[in-house]
Amino acid sequence: MSKYLLNKFLFTVDRDPELVERYREDPRGTVAWWEADVANVIIGCHEGERSTWLKFTDEERAALAGHDYVALFGLGAHPFLTLTLFIALFERDYAEPLAFQREYAVKLSHWSLPYPDIAT
Amino acid sequence: MATISAVIASTHHPFYLRASTSAGDERPPFADEWVAKITAFRETLTRANPDVLVMVGSDHFHQIWLDNMPQFLVGKAPFYDANYYNEEREFGLPRMFLRGHEELSEYLLRHGLDAGFDLAFSNELRIDHSITCPIITLRPEADLPIVPVYTNIFAPPMPQPSRFVELGKAIRQMVEEWPSEQRVAIIGTGHLSLELGGPRQFGPHGPDPEFDRKAVSWIASSDIKSALAEVSLDSLWQPGNATHGFMDFLLMMGVAGENVQADYVDSLDLFHTMEAYFTWYPNGADAA
Repeated sequence: MSKYLLNKFLFTVDRDPELVERYREDPRGTVAWWEADVANVIIGCHEGERSTWLKFTDEERAALAGHDYVALFGLGAHPFLTLTLFIALFERDYAEPLAFQREYAVKLSHWSLPYPDIAT
Repeated sequence: MATISAVIASTHHPFYLRASTSAGDERPPFADEWVAKITAFRETLTRANPDVLVMVGSDHFHQIWLDNMPQFLVGKAPFYDANYYNEEREFGLPRMFLRGHEELSEYLLRHGLDAGFDLAFSNELRIDHSITCPIITLRPEADLPIVPVYTNIFAPPMPQPSRFVELGKAIRQMVEEWPSEQRVAIIGTGHLSLELGGPRQFGPHGPDPEFDRKAVSWIASSDIKSALAEVSLDSLWQPGNATHGFMDFLLMMGVAGENVQADYVDSLDLFHTMEAYFTWYPNGADAA
């Protein structure tokens, strides 16, 4: 269980226009590359000074590789990070304004309070 | 001593700029009413004639990250670049550039620390739409120096709601004691009920209109006691999963003073979330 690492993936991809497109086109490959090369980079440190222990669970890796925002919600990924990145990935495929966001809500409609804990 | 020329609390809706500048088929049906309300709200700051703006907001995981998360942070820099690629992408917000007011930043940090608030600071802060939205709505010239104050309303564990009130009271007192002839407006933005990335998002109204009605009433009368009696870190998940942004309103109620009626109150029921606008004039509306 590494909610922090899920969030770190969403955060570092969402802020980088090239990574957003790469993740849209090749989610499985992007997740594999990111876990190998980026997951242990400490954002405020020199790249040589990495962490050594961060990795996804199989379930987390599959949720990211499958563009599965419903699963990410269930895993306790920060919903703001998930929403923002997935709007960037898929809003363009919908003709009506906010249609993707509304579909997103419907797909989560089986959830009631309390939602999964997002504390990291 | 400095003069507090206005205390302003508001929601920050990142879609305002796009809605207000769109035309033809792109222009949403509520845009004209929204522009009229914002124009009237803007006048409440303009008439206060401020020299410097203390801006309370919350970074949305742009520069502030979970490996190093401050609860309360004051910017102390001569300049602030503003807005991010993903805000440009999603909301059409422009890149902005604002002057800082290092002297007031330093004063708030020193006296805030001495008053028992272990404030973090940043000498290089790129601010986001929690602060640029009220610049766009209230001072689109973006010509006044600012002191950004960031709060954590986003990443548990967060400070208690009462702590936001206490910091607001402390900011009010510190600014009033600042040895300066400047006129200071203290502006903070937060949220009413709001859901982001959950099943109640992007509905025809905010996710909890009953909470919104109560919240507007608490804020308009700065009824801190009633608000704190009903609101807790646990309860704020109920109206919507991003409703902890209401704690920035609690901070501003602390700035305004307990049970001080706002001089200006307005709201607008929109899709997704309710907008609300409040202005207090601690030294009278005609002091400008």
